[in-house]
Amino acid sequence: MSDSTSNVAFVRTEQIPPSAPPMAASGPVKWVKDNLFSGVFNTILTLVAFYVVARFAVFVFPWFYNGVWDAASRKECLEILDGVNGACFAVLVDRWDHLVFGFKYPPEGYWRIILSVVLLLVAAAPALFSSLPRKLLFFTAFYPFLAFWLVWGGSLWLPLTILGLIIATLLIFRLISSEISVDVRKLVAGAIGVICGAGLAYLLFIGAQELVFIANSVGTEGLVSTVAYGVFWIMAIFAYVFCIPMGIFVGYAIFNSFEDGGLVSIVASLLFAYLAFSFLLAPIWMALNAVAPIELPAVASRDMGGFMLNMLLGTICVSLSIPLGILLALGRQSPMPLIKGVCVVFIEFIRGVPLITLLFVANVMLAYFLPPESNFDLILRVIIMITLFSAAYIAEVIRGGLAALPKGQYEAADSLGLDYAQATRLIILPQALKISIPGIVNVAVGLFKDTTLVSIISMFDLVGMIRGPIQNSTEWTSVYWEVYGFGALLFFVVCYSISQYSQWLERQLNTSHH
Amino acid sequence: MKKSVFLGALTVAGIIAGGASAATLDEVKARGKLNCGVTTGVPGFAEPDASGVWQGFDVAVCRAVAAAVLGDGNAVEFVPTTGKTRFTALASGEIDLLARNTTWTFSRDVDLKFEFTGVNYYDGQGFMVPTELGVASAKDLDGATVCIQTGTTTELNLADFFRSNNISYEPVPIETGAEAVQQYIAGACDVYTTDASALAAQRANFEDPSAHVLLPEIVSKEPLGPLVRHGDNEWADIARWTLNALITAEELGVTSVNLEELSAGTENPEVNRLLGTEGELGSMLGLDAGWAKAALGVAGNYGEIFEKNIGAATPIGLARGLNAQWTDGGLIYSPPFR
Repeated sequence: MSDSTSNVAFVRTEQIPPSAPPMAASGPVKWVKDNLFSGVFNTILTLVAFYVVARFAVFVFPWFYNGVWDAASRKECLEILDGVNGACFAVLVDRWDHLVFGFKYPPEGYWRIILSVVLLLVAAAPALFSSLPRKLLFFTAFYPFLAFWLVWGGSLWLPLTILGLIIATLLIFRLISSEISVDVRKLVAGAIGVICGAGLAYLLFIGAQELVFIANSVGTEGLVSTVAYGVFWIMAIFAYVFCIPMGIFVGYAIFNSFEDGGLVSIVASLLFAYLAFSFLLAPIWMALNAVAPIELPAVASRDMGGFMLNMLLGTICVSLSIPLGILLALGRQSPMPLIKGVCVVFIEFIRGVPLITLLFVANVMLAYFLPPESNFDLILRVIIMITLFSAAYIAEVIRGGLAALPKGQYEAADSLGLDYAQATRLIILPQALKISIPGIVNVAVGLFKDTTLVSIISMFDLVGMIRGPIQNSTEWTSVYWEVYGFGALLFFVVCYSISQYSQWLERQLNTSHH
Repeated sequence: MKKSVFLGALTVAGIIAGGASAATLDEVKARGKLNCGVTTGVPGFAEPDASGVWQGFDVAVCRAVAAAVLGDGNAVEFVPTTGKTRFTALASGEIDLLARNTTWTFSRDVDLKFEFTGVNYYDGQGFMVPTELGVASAKDLDGATVCIQTGTTTELNLADFFRSNNISYEPVPIETGAEAVQQYIAGACDVYTTDASALAAQRANFEDPSAHVLLPEIVSKEPLGPLVRHGDNEWADIARWTLNALITAEELGVTSVNLEELSAGTENPEVNRLLGTEGELGSMLGLDAGWAKAALGVAGNYGEIFEKNIGAATPIGLARGLNAQWTDGGLIYSPPFR
């Protein structure tokens, strides 16, 4: 009798641990073989690339390593280097303040700029990261006014009063549009209609007189003038004839819209804003400032410069042009021909003109059109131009997002009984904007780099600072790589962060199920 | 009324430009600052130093005029302009005075409707070539590539010179002087041409200045001077005679050192008239009697300004040459103060 189990030679109860793959099929060797030397052609390419990188490194590393950080001029740099390949980083040390803040911003005010950049990060955070508490958005809304005060100085009460008047305008809008009864609204609509109608008629009348004046000063000498003369006269006659009917028509249209309240409340709050800003703003902030003066030394716009100016233009223009771009995109989709027409013409005109042309107009041409004593700040003109420019591009990006939404989304919104504003705000825009993020970021990064174009109209932004005062100073003529490299580094850091953020945001918002 | 302003402005820009020029003196006094157009940077002529204060030979003209009018050489708002924006800035009234090494030419004076108020530097266009090229004269430059700044008179002079000598060239247009030097050193062009003063200044900063030579030909006249708008002769007079005061002071030996001493009154009636202790010259200009003294008080007379900013002892290292006083064989000559 035999024990059957003991006869079985060997039964393995656990798996053999996998042995390591052969050297040639794993680890760095395999990686190198697969990725660098996988064929004759690729091997050649690898070798060529290695050669180029090595040549570059052999030149650049000593250049960095030997860099001179402490010298008063390029000549001194050259003396210290004594023929050795090396950079002259001393220019960055010597002109650091100029590169970052411009050469006219008062040095004792640098903390104001630094503080506003820090606060910018705080203010931007809740807008950028949805996990943060929503109440922080109040600070975001307040930030522009605070930053304006920090950067430009003057009285704190000026931006605060502006903020107050904006809030008052919004309250009035809300009051008229939803809070008051239909009878009261009818009364308001009547008053607003009369004011607007009379105002429009008056404006048209003045315009007609102006046109007659222009026509007469153009005269009838030569063909072009004669044609212009005729055109101006025809326009003037139209303006004369239509000033009263147009006034009545518009006034009545405003009055007639009292039922749904939309037009009346918009016109009424615009009217209020106009009156408040022209007549209330100055007395209020001056009075407040007289009672409790909170002031920083004022800095004129033309004293802004360096990378600060790029940041300033970039931040302001991007944050202004996104809302404007949304409005333009919606306007372009609008079924109302007038609004659609205006938006299409605006977008196509701006997109058809190079930014540098618009900047030249802002700098050179507007000076002719404005009365000589008018103090219409150059930075403000540039901000307006860059904002309009990027708004047109952003509008097209968002229009792409709107067009990408299936028609069912619009119909679903309608079938839920939402009106246009609700449907747009709750259903259409969130989806359309999500689709548009990469495009918007693309425009924003491009816009930020485009701010260096202001150097051409003799503003001393980072590039203007390098091209102008630094390279043309007696000490630092012929310094190129160090300063331009530094500029490139600053721009790279900012633009790369923006694009990393947008990729993160896309992953966050990715709700599709693949 | 905004609309009417806008439409009115659209009609004829010239009307407004004309209106802007009325009574510049009153505007400057009311503002308390002189808006003076300068370059965005030319070594020795106008450049902000490391602490952000504008320095230079052209800047000194701005400061002298500000001192004559407002009594303070620092009451100047320096408005940097490029070769392209300088004339519109002046014509539109953004600046009161342009001191931006601008060449006095017929068309700028007459056609662009400006008023040159004198010459503060007599320059001429020169050529710089690498020594190893072995060129001895600009007439040997047939077929050369030439780095040249756009929008300047040098561009036109260059075309004239090569055409009149019946030789050809290929221009490499460049925006600023610094870029032109970079292109030239990098070998993008065989020749770099601009005003001889700038060539000398830039060569001084080369790694090896002896590897480059300035050719002997000076192919143009470049009288550089400050300018104002047409139509306000009182203001033009102030700018003109402030510059003349700096020049006359050098001729008469009035310097920043002996200014106080001489303004107490001297034997020389012309010095007395200049410094306001005799005669009514100041009030004729609509200024204080001590206007010229204030202008001289900023940085001294013409010679002192020259030596401090671009003279032989500076890195720019320019000799007086044509810019010596007429008594020393130069062209610097002021009409008498009488």
